[in-house]
Amino acid sequence: MCLAIPGKITSVTGDDPLSRTGKVDFGGIQKDVNLSCVPEAKVGDYVIVHVGFALSRVEESEANEVFAYLRQMGELPELNEGGP
Amino acid sequence: MKYLDEYRDEAKAREYARQIARVTTRPWAIMEVCGGQTHAIVKFGIDELLPKSITLIHGPGCPVCVTPLEFIDKAIEIASRPGTIFCSFGDMLRVPGSATDLLSVKAGGGDVRMVYSPSDAVKIAAQNPAREVVFFAVGFETTAPATALAAQQAAEQGVKNFSMLVAHVLVPPAMETLLASPQCRVQGFLAAGHVCAVMGCAEYEPMAAKYRVPIVVTGFEPLDILQGVLMCVRQLEEGRAEVENQYARVVRRDGNEHARELIRRVFEVAPRKWRGLGEIPGSGLRLRSQYEALDAEKRFGLADRDTAESAECLSGLVLQGRIKPAECPAFGQGCAPEHPLGAPMVSSEGACAAYYRYRRPAPAAEPAR
Repeated sequence: MCLAIPGKITSVTGDDPLSRTGKVDFGGIQKDVNLSCVPEAKVGDYVIVHVGFALSRVEESEANEVFAYLRQMGELPELNEGGP
Repeated sequence: MKYLDEYRDEAKAREYARQIARVTTRPWAIMEVCGGQTHAIVKFGIDELLPKSITLIHGPGCPVCVTPLEFIDKAIEIASRPGTIFCSFGDMLRVPGSATDLLSVKAGGGDVRMVYSPSDAVKIAAQNPAREVVFFAVGFETTAPATALAAQQAAEQGVKNFSMLVAHVLVPPAMETLLASPQCRVQGFLAAGHVCAVMGCAEYEPMAAKYRVPIVVTGFEPLDILQGVLMCVRQLEEGRAEVENQYARVVRRDGNEHARELIRRVFEVAPRKWRGLGEIPGSGLRLRSQYEALDAEKRFGLADRDTAESAECLSGLVLQGRIKPAECPAFGQGCAPEHPLGAPMVSSEGACAAYYRYRRPAPAAEPAR
């Protein structure tokens, strides 16, 4: 139910806060999405969409954190002792 | 797809599993709260990558599953009224009520429609002014902003024939109920990332401190879940009990203030009964008095009712994380997705459905993985 997936904003229409909508591309499938709660999101940005409603803008600068954390773990010397 | 595929890298997943094994010195039980996380864990075999000493307990984070029987019966009662158009997310249609389900109402001639978003139901109401259109508002904090928006749209556009049956629930009170139970085995939580995208992380801090339990806000892809487990295990091993955010690319510390404001304008917090957990104070949302005209229970004069869950269905224990789906005697026998006894076998995020789909014993001809 809380399934929400990232898609790229390809166009934005409407200024009224309740009805600010846009087209969002999900790997080739375009959907109309309500953008009223992500006023900072613009064309080209990725948003997380749930039931036709954008919940959050994907923060590009945080997107590689999951890989950086893994690298840091590999570099922790005291953890390498038990390694293979 | 960008922001999906890269988080499913198998080599990186194995590296994460290796790091988790390295830091783990004792057995730990961690609950992933959200059904979406449960599905990813079972589908990608994440639990099988982890050291044996780490147990993942599947949480109650499936709104379809925790919606109590009486709401399903109310939905069926409304949907069965001649002339009514009943709109629902697809997952709810096959959840068994006391006597039937919404899909059977539709098969019997009822106008039951699957919608993608709550606003679609408002549009249907505007296009059918002579008919009552009711939306079955089910979901967690993730879905509540979209429901609130639909309520506001209906009010502003004066769509008088639109109403909603509101069964919205809130996640933190349910987590606290589990922690307060003497049977609680949970030592750490992976909190539901998309709930936190709306609500932020701060509301978990008192819980982490009070129950000395680490809470890691976690995403839904395999690498997200593995990183969440690693962060949680490190806290447990180091004796810390903090709120950490694994899913920072989507979740801000304060969540989404616009979405929270939408919820606050339309809804107020109320007690709510959960399937498997009973009534939990402050765990539901109901329409504020300004939006009372949209309340389908009042509009159709639905009375509270007593319902009894199927005695064969152990979904209550599954939802509390006390048994795994396959430990239920009815699993795969009397209960399967085609003929479910309880909601967790129906919902696309139900734990029973995940085990049925991905974990039944393989047919003999199929080579073991």
